Amino acid sequence: MTQTCLTFRDLTLGYNSHPAIHHLDGTIRKGSLTAVVGANGSGKSTLMKGIVGVLKPMAGEVVRAPGVRAAYLPQQSELDRSFPARVVDLVSLGLWPKRGMLGRYTSEDRAAVSQALMAVGLGGFEKRPIDTLSGGQLQRTLFARVLLQDADLILLDEPFNAVDAKTVGDLIALIKRWHGEERTIMVVVHDLDLVRQNFPETLLLARQPIAWGETRETLKPENLLRARRFHEAWEENAPWCEPDEHGHDHDHGHDHHGHDHDHHHGAGPRAA
Amino acid sequence: MDALYGLFIAPFADFGFMQRALFGSLMLSLGACPIGVFLMLRRMSLSGDAMAHAILPGAAAGFLFYGLEILPMTIGGLIAGIIVALGAGAVSRFTIQREDASMAAFYLISLAIGVLMVSIRGSSVDLMHVLFGTVLALNNEALTLIGGIVAVTLVSLAIFWRALVAECLDPLFLRSVSRMGSPVHFIFLGLVVLNLVGGFQALGTLLSVGLMMLPAAAARFWTVRVEPMCVLAVLIGFASCVAGLLLSYHASLPSGPAIILSAGVVYFASILFGTRGILRARIIHHRHRTA
Repeated sequence: MTQTCLTFRDLTLGYNSHPAIHHLDGTIRKGSLTAVVGANGSGKSTLMKGIVGVLKPMAGEVVRAPGVRAAYLPQQSELDRSFPARVVDLVSLGLWPKRGMLGRYTSEDRAAVSQALMAVGLGGFEKRPIDTLSGGQLQRTLFARVLLQDADLILLDEPFNAVDAKTVGDLIALIKRWHGEERTIMVVVHDLDLVRQNFPETLLLARQPIAWGETRETLKPENLLRARRFHEAWEENAPWCEPDEHGHDHDHGHDHHGHDHDHHHGAGPRAA
Repeated sequence: MDALYGLFIAPFADFGFMQRALFGSLMLSLGACPIGVFLMLRRMSLSGDAMAHAILPGAAAGFLFYGLEILPMTIGGLIAGIIVALGAGAVSRFTIQREDASMAAFYLISLAIGVLMVSIRGSSVDLMHVLFGTVLALNNEALTLIGGIVAVTLVSLAIFWRALVAECLDPLFLRSVSRMGSPVHFIFLGLVVLNLVGGFQALGTLLSVGLMMLPAAAARFWTVRVEPMCVLAVLIGFASCVAGLLLSYHASLPSGPAIILSAGVVYFASILFGTRGILRARIIHHRHRTA
């Protein structure tokens, strides 16, 4: 019996009344490793923000299984690299879920920080000021913070951008380690070869799911072609999506997502 | 020895008003300088200045109704400052407008109201008092008030330190793990107002922000960590107060500007000689490691 980690119920997320994720239904299985792929503007980052809760749904909801704690590595970090902090200070923020605002850091915590840095290949970097790190080192540092958060649900938004092949390899190894520890992981990725090699499941998005399920099945040429036809821009005067028009059947015809539904329901949500 | 005593110790040993001035300004430094460090690190250095102007109508209202009395003017300033801080903060948090623009709008409106109110009452001598303060005339009431403000500031900083650092360093991360982001921002703005109000009796509304920002800006040139930066800023604040008061005593200068200018001297010295200052960066870079 598989358990559910995340449930999307008719989830619509977006900006200024324009949806970036449109009526998403489905579930993420506990312990699954899912790649989220799709063109720019297809709603990948928006979905991540919706799950972590920094963006409120326009309609529907994301339900987390009780007690699930999320760690989130955003695509566009608001990290202030000119802030006078050392690597250890940045990574220690990952202790927040454990220690909160007031809890004192113990010697165990400090050891955990060092171990997390070792695990990402930055052993001994504790005292470096963060403004001296290279792009790859910073990404490793942020992975160390995620590691320290010890979360059940890990959301990584384009973690391999502007990162060299060796670093990608190391970070993938870390993701696989988390997968082995039965954590639920969702990663936004653009490199489809990387997805085919490393991710068992894939969600292909174009505002709504084009395909969702086993990676080989999802990334079939016909699905990719359909995803490519996706129209990124908002249409300023797109018709209003009426609330009573969409039930769970989705058998009506919005011109922009009519024919996807068979597949979405066929291949998609497994442990629903 | 006697000459040194006469120069440095006697003014404080012999005169009660100098002791009060020293005590009051040292307490002010203790609270205001760490706040200044965070203002600077949040790129809000000029917001402090704007807040200082924003306090004016509150102080003026107190002055209008009660004359030159510290308590009503302080409470008035506090109210005006908090309205502007919360208003500008709320506009930037909940609309697309950035904090610099909303802060400018709010403080200009506030300042105009303040000038209007002072001019209704008249006498420009009184206006000078409000604008420039008199550290040499701190009474027990004022010292108690400053003491209370410093206590509140230090306790708040101790409690919210980690959240404040996280909010400066990586606000999106803080939002993803906790709901403290917005509250800690407003608490911080509240502390800024509190310390400016605490300072304006001693240094005036215009210059109270100087004791907040100059030591912080100077400390930035010496260290790459927040904790030492705050400690150093406080020490620079202390030194500026002592030097400024002595200067004021011996040369018969107004004490507020003397204190701020002393901090200004430290600032320029730090630009030149700080470990991250100009000379170190430009001249001493012959040696480097292989990796």
